[in-house]
Amino acid sequence: MTGASTSRTPFVQSVLDAAGAHPLPGSGVAWLDTARRENLEAFVASGLPDQRQEAWKYTALRALAQRSFGAVDPASALAAQVDRDALALPGVDGTRMVFVDGVFRDDLSSLNDLADGLSLRPLSRALTESAEPLRFALARHYQDAADGFARLNAALAGDGVVLAVAAGVRIAAPLHIVYVGVASDVAWHARVLVELGEGATLDLVEHHVAIGHAIQLGTLVADYDVRDGADLRLTLLQDASAQATLVRRNHLRLGAGAHAAVHALELGGALVRHELRAELAGDGASFDSHGVFTLRDRQHVDTQLDVRHLARDTRSNALWRGVADGRSRGVFRGAILVAEGADGSDANLSNKNLLLSAQAEIDTKPELEIYADEVKAAHGATIGQLDERSLFYLRSRGIPLAQARSLLTLAFCRAALQSLDNEPLREHLGALLMAHLPTDDLDA
Amino acid sequence: MLKIENLHARVEGKEILKGLSLDVKAGEVHAIMGPNGAGKSTLANVLSGREGYEVTAGTVTYRGKDLLALEPEERAAEGVFLAFQYPVEIPGVNNTYFLRAALNAQRKYRGEEELDSMRFLKLVREKLKVMQISDDLLHRAVNEGFSGGEKKRNEIFQMAVLEPKLAILDETDSGLDIDALKQVAEGVNALRSPDRAFVIVTHYQRLLDYIEPDYVHVLAGGRIVESGDKSLALKLEEQGYAWLADHHPELARAELAGAKA
Repeated sequence: MTGASTSRTPFVQSVLDAAGAHPLPGSGVAWLDTARRENLEAFVASGLPDQRQEAWKYTALRALAQRSFGAVDPASALAAQVDRDALALPGVDGTRMVFVDGVFRDDLSSLNDLADGLSLRPLSRALTESAEPLRFALARHYQDAADGFARLNAALAGDGVVLAVAAGVRIAAPLHIVYVGVASDVAWHARVLVELGEGATLDLVEHHVAIGHAIQLGTLVADYDVRDGADLRLTLLQDASAQATLVRRNHLRLGAGAHAAVHALELGGALVRHELRAELAGDGASFDSHGVFTLRDRQHVDTQLDVRHLARDTRSNALWRGVADGRSRGVFRGAILVAEGADGSDANLSNKNLLLSAQAEIDTKPELEIYADEVKAAHGATIGQLDERSLFYLRSRGIPLAQARSLLTLAFCRAALQSLDNEPLREHLGALLMAHLPTDDLDA
Repeated sequence: MLKIENLHARVEGKEILKGLSLDVKAGEVHAIMGPNGAGKSTLANVLSGREGYEVTAGTVTYRGKDLLALEPEERAAEGVFLAFQYPVEIPGVNNTYFLRAALNAQRKYRGEEELDSMRFLKLVREKLKVMQISDDLLHRAVNEGFSGGEKKRNEIFQMAVLEPKLAILDETDSGLDIDALKQVAEGVNALRSPDRAFVIVTHYQRLLDYIEPDYVHVLAGGRIVESGDKSLALKLEEQGYAWLADHHPELARAELAGAKA
């Protein structure tokens, strides 16, 4: 570690420069200033995670370390032209909260007529109104050098989402949280805090989208506290700029009898990391996760799924798919831990991948650790090509080779979205997939 | 319609077809029988263009064209249909969607107007009269979770919708109980027409009780060694493939005993 300060990478130097560029919301709150400063110091000391850390084994950040990103100018983010229609999602047309380069945009958001029992505010506003309730979440320190981006986020995040659903309240209409990337050579950081009271339900869409070809870095750290008997439906649609670097961490904690279902679709980005962790902390909690990435060109997408069964009779099911074309690289780590005492747990993980090009690469790593009794656990991971027999069957009926490939690839990906209840949204995600897949047009 | 001359084909370096000739005219039904390993399925696969089958000599002319020069999808659009011995399950691809994509791809190839979903569904309803399959199967993924009989009925249903000029049935009777066999045969009979030809590849005579062939050929050792009318099939049924040895001493006994090649 010694000497780190004398050999700062351009990335670390740019973080230091950005830290003082504009006052962050909440500046002047003593505990927050301290937490931000300490996290910044910790980040500067450790730098970006490197591949010697197991969690970053397949994702090299050497090139990122040589780049620099300035702070987002709040005035520019507030003035940036964004067409509301570009943010719209079928089946998701109620409450919306929009961030442009990490800065809350009231004018693009729809936050009127919030349902009773739903509290939804941008973090920037929550910090100026009353920061104290957020102290526990925001004054955190991260011990592990692999948490470099979490430190960075804790040091520099000035905006994000603070959301709470009161106990027993059911929010049926999906909430739409949109992160729009516009400016280049900047880094933004969003912090999200979501709490579902006992028996509450919530349907939330985290949506990353780009206007133009923004070359930027975004980090997002989200905590979801899903109390006993609550039910969270979370859809993650990542359609960022093809030049973007995006590092997200979604941590869910589920109480007794609580349930969460996640559907993740990764389309855009140059370098993307998604850490999805679910802690099944209460007896009978259950977690379903489904996701797919489709990569082309030189895209690199790293999904880290981490499911922790910490209580009795907990259940998890994971179905993830990956497709890589061009010279892209996909990484999937699916870790399942069944802790001591989490007896009667049931864990299932399936990860299947498709390589469409000889230059593409996918690394999949299922990990299973079991310390409890009477546990059912199954996991499987495969990497392969399109099935020749299926291709021939389609062609023998008159479907040209390129179209047959598209059809099979799309079907392969769609399996991960099948269980999404919101039909208009599911259809839309299917259409986005179809448009993104590195194959010929399909005649729908 | 189809003229095969002196066809030689290899699979994984092993010669399976050794000078096969066959002439099929529009409206005719030809049955190709023979012991296991004689090359029956190889013939069906070579005609439909499956990869891994290397033609080393001979020609196949279909309606004046060199069939072997065409891609599988081109053969289909030109009117060649293969009913698979083992229809493939394709999870995630809806049966109806698949069939419409296939029909429209063929129509596009032929310069015909593609069907919108309304007109396609009308066609499907019409064809369900030829080969009944349940609504549930129509809307499921292609062949996924279908029983053996349902898969074969789905093949015939696809044939009814795609209306090929030359239909090749590869052991369509295998694995079917007698009721399913009758249903499949009825579907095929409903599709018989003066401008459509059938090549029915089968190991057993029983399918031919329900689909009456105009010609029966015996394929053994990679060639057609006997041709005749349907009485030839009955003779085979009675006496087994072994009697061929008396007529064709050049054939090894092992090839006739039904030993898997």
